[in-house]
Amino acid sequence: MATAVATKGTEFEQMGAVPTFQVTLFVRRFNPEDGQEARWEDFDVQVHGTDRVLDALHKIKWEMDGSLTFRRSCAHGVCGSDAMRINGRNRLACKTLIKDLDITQPIYVEPIKGLNVEKDLVVDMNPFYQAYRDINPFLIASDKPEKERLQSAEQHSKFEDTTKCILCAACTTSCPVFWTDGQYFGPAAIVNAHRFIFDSRDEGAELRIDILNDKEGVWRCRTTFNCTEACPRGIEVTKAIAEVKQAILRGKP
Amino acid sequence: MSVVIEQPRSPRSRKGANWEKYGWMYMRASGALLVILIFGHLFTNLFLGEGIKAIDFAFVGGKWSDPFWKVWDLAMLWLALIHGTNGMRTIVNDYASKEAVRKTLVWALWGICAVLVTLGTLVVFTFDPCPAGAAAELLPSFCPAS
Repeated sequence: MATAVATKGTEFEQMGAVPTFQVTLFVRRFNPEDGQEARWEDFDVQVHGTDRVLDALHKIKWEMDGSLTFRRSCAHGVCGSDAMRINGRNRLACKTLIKDLDITQPIYVEPIKGLNVEKDLVVDMNPFYQAYRDINPFLIASDKPEKERLQSAEQHSKFEDTTKCILCAACTTSCPVFWTDGQYFGPAAIVNAHRFIFDSRDEGAELRIDILNDKEGVWRCRTTFNCTEACPRGIEVTKAIAEVKQAILRGKP
Repeated sequence: MSVVIEQPRSPRSRKGANWEKYGWMYMRASGALLVILIFGHLFTNLFLGEGIKAIDFAFVGGKWSDPFWKVWDLAMLWLALIHGTNGMRTIVNDYASKEAVRKTLVWALWGICAVLVTLGTLVVFTFDPCPAGAAAELLPSFCPAS
């Protein structure tokens, strides 16, 4: 009886407390200055049930090994700077709750694939941004910017899904074609072209269609759906690419 | 007056026809046709009549004396071989990182495809189960000479 009361007491005291548990993180380390190959390094971290993978990485960087290098900015799934390969899947570290992963096993964290690793989890994003630049990701309109360009809800719904892209590169670096062929535009660039091609206010659709009707354009897509699965914003990437293919066949959006 | 701002990047220029687009369209069209052709082929050969027991030299000879089956088999041969070779080409393009290796493999693929298509076409059109002047003991039983 007494023990039961005691347990109840501690339960009462701990009410509202977030459970903690220990996880092992295997982080892919690479330092261009030490002359060593990339390697796995493991860290045992005490985390809360509310922690995300990014919090565990912070804990490592702030309390265990300050040399761990990764990108993050807003830490709330909006800026798109902390895309990484967690347990073999591209995700945003700031949107992945540790308790949702299998915590009985170590958690593997490595940089996104297909782009050159600069240090630890930081990759060179320039080829990715170049493909984005190549599709002219801005409004092309011939009329003067004097008044509001009106658009109906139906017209907007055609490309609403692809406006959600945050350019985190999770889709492009999950694409097996991009892994082997860095020249391929990649899903993210096609998604952003889709955003303008199907915009009724834009007049550059033919130009973008012509750019993507390239040897390294949409036709390299193998419809493997890796990009759709990887997108942290839930954009139907493969569907958007298929719509761009249809637009190219028609010659207009 | 409005200021005309030149486009920050001129679009990529491309020479000649874009084969990737036509290749992609071909894969879809031939794929749909092949589903009908191959399942039709399997159905008539393995299911109709006596089924699989009917297949022998005479069965094939009989089929190829009918122009309908000549066209059917010829379409299957061309569509399937080009479809398969084009599929292999995309895989080579994906995984061969050295340009010389890639070119060699793609040329080899189309070379093999051309040989197979030519040989197959020749057989479909010139097949004669009872060639004139052949030794009687080599001919199948249904030939008038044997």
